[in-house]
Amino acid sequence: MQTPKNIVQKVWEQHVVHQENGKPDLLYIDLHLVHEVTSPQAFEGLRMNGRKVRRPDLTFATMDHNVPTRQRQVINDPISKNQIDTLAQNCDEFGITLADIHHPDNGIVHVIGPELGLTQPGKTIVCGDSHTSTHGAFGALAFGIGTSEVEHVLATQTLWQAPPKTLNVKVNGRLGTGVTAKDLILAVIGKFGVKFGTGYVIEYTGEAIREMSMEERMTVCNMSIEGGARAGLISPDQTTIDYLRGRRYVPQGEAFEQAAESWLALATDEGASYDDVVEIDAAEVEPQVTWGTNPGMCIPVTANVPSPEQAEKASEQDEIKRALEYMGLEAGQPISSVKIDHVFIGSCTNSRLSDLRKAAAVIQGKQVNPSVKAIVVPGSFSVKLAAEEEGLDQVFKEAGFEWRDSGCSMCLGMNDDIIPSGERCASTSNRNFEGRQGKGARTHLVSPEMAAAAAIAGHFVDVREFTAQEVI
Amino acid sequence: MEALRIHQGLVCPLNRTNIDTDQIIPKQFLKRIERSGFGQFLFYNWRFDDEGNPSPDFPLNAPKYKGASILVAGENFGCGSSREHAPWAIQDFGFKVIIAPSYADIFKNNCVKNGILAIQATEEQVQTIIKKADTEGYSLTVNLEEQMVSDSEGFQFTFDITPYPKEMLLNGWDEIGVTLTYEDKIKQYELAR
Repeated sequence: MQTPKNIVQKVWEQHVVHQENGKPDLLYIDLHLVHEVTSPQAFEGLRMNGRKVRRPDLTFATMDHNVPTRQRQVINDPISKNQIDTLAQNCDEFGITLADIHHPDNGIVHVIGPELGLTQPGKTIVCGDSHTSTHGAFGALAFGIGTSEVEHVLATQTLWQAPPKTLNVKVNGRLGTGVTAKDLILAVIGKFGVKFGTGYVIEYTGEAIREMSMEERMTVCNMSIEGGARAGLISPDQTTIDYLRGRRYVPQGEAFEQAAESWLALATDEGASYDDVVEIDAAEVEPQVTWGTNPGMCIPVTANVPSPEQAEKASEQDEIKRALEYMGLEAGQPISSVKIDHVFIGSCTNSRLSDLRKAAAVIQGKQVNPSVKAIVVPGSFSVKLAAEEEGLDQVFKEAGFEWRDSGCSMCLGMNDDIIPSGERCASTSNRNFEGRQGKGARTHLVSPEMAAAAAIAGHFVDVREFTAQEVI
Repeated sequence: MEALRIHQGLVCPLNRTNIDTDQIIPKQFLKRIERSGFGQFLFYNWRFDDEGNPSPDFPLNAPKYKGASILVAGENFGCGSSREHAPWAIQDFGFKVIIAPSYADIFKNNCVKNGILAIQATEEQVQTIIKKADTEGYSLTVNLEEQMVSDSEGFQFTFDITPYPKEMLLNGWDEIGVTLTYEDKIKQYELAR
């Protein structure tokens, strides 16, 4: 009998072009996603050396980081505009398919890849963006790369990569009512730390993961990098196949059924081993709110902000002290008492149709607190259209949310969507780093449901009790 | 890429953990399409106050660390975004070597591609260096070939590095040029699928 293998080992073996002693493996890349921020210097490198893009047909580009979310035609910042125009010129020159800002396929790179069916199980997928781990939800080996590597993939369709160690994050049992995929991944990072996955590729397993929709799985895999892992994936199952059937870039008809069979065969074998395993009990996970300046600094919404004395190491105490100061919080105060100024529903973590539906269900018939400015930024044109067809835009607008065009937007504020210094945002994005949403801005990461509830209440509330509670 | 064999330089300590690439280079500076000139924006939000004046307490602004080429920091350095603008800024500012207890994977890769040596030392070694760097003019010698860090006072330690990045750094190779010599293998792989 063959030795049982995990999915990472299987996908890896299928992509090794060349192996030799003292070198990493030369790994073939099936899909290269490109956006405007991390690609200009790579294309320039090709030009300087007289090199071509080896496989334009395996390369797909979009514009997302800089794009305005209102008045799409007008990019006020000339440097942003130049970056956008440069990508268009590069795609034209090198023959790469581009979903530009007016194209119906346009959207956040990690939203459109799956939407179009470009993302498929067993593919190796790279992009000059750390949240490329998102595509792992489909059982693809997907990871972020730097611009030098972008150039390398453009020129050779390969990367030199040492085989990664594998880590099984086992989620036992089921999530409680009102507890989401976002809460789970925040709780995992909170429990094991922001570098527990460094050097590993994670596979998420367990009942709670199996029960998740593809969109929920994407939320989990998206934040693998916040735990240090370049890639995090989930073995394909019927949920994966059902999501992909009929999408534009997947095989059609009988060819799809054959592909589906080979995709399902990639799933981790019974009895396969990993280099490491960590476990978490899903039932214990509560809705999470980050209080500090990295995603591991999160607590249940029912808890109090920690104090530096709770940490053992001096460096950790220091870090907590600095985070409390930056965030303008007192140790020991209930996180639910923290008033917010902004709500952002969007980003490659939580801007898909199901995220918008869940947030809309929370706010239906209610009003955004007068002290809060709230925006919804759908992940793609197609998400926006689908939401409008269901009338979700009306629900948001009637509640007092702004309904915007798609893009990365306030997740990192490379466009005009920036939080002013000292102001506080409940955000469905993935990073609460200092200055992420604007210099001096204070970011609290939450699920779409928690963000919606906070928008109404004006402070963090436990969404599990929110619907029953009278809003003050 | 410039080769790096032996480097001697002034040490600048940055005693913080989990320094993410958003701090190394904030997003407002990622819009340029050039590879050079990012040094002026290095640690921008920490180096400068809201009015754009240098923050006096930030080590990179201290006169005694002016001209430093070895940056020493806490664990998980370079976490977060994959932006290669981070190592570009570090290099353009004048740093050639980083010493920390651990790095984020993508950042470490990006360093190698740019000829920056990111040395993994123990927590204790890093803290020793940070303490010693309090003295003005404290410098270290880094010998990549021998994988050795030393100062003039007899403090020294060896570090690990895998053969491939070591070779890349020692020779300052153009990796794409190397890979293109495997063109036949890549073609064969594509044909066999």
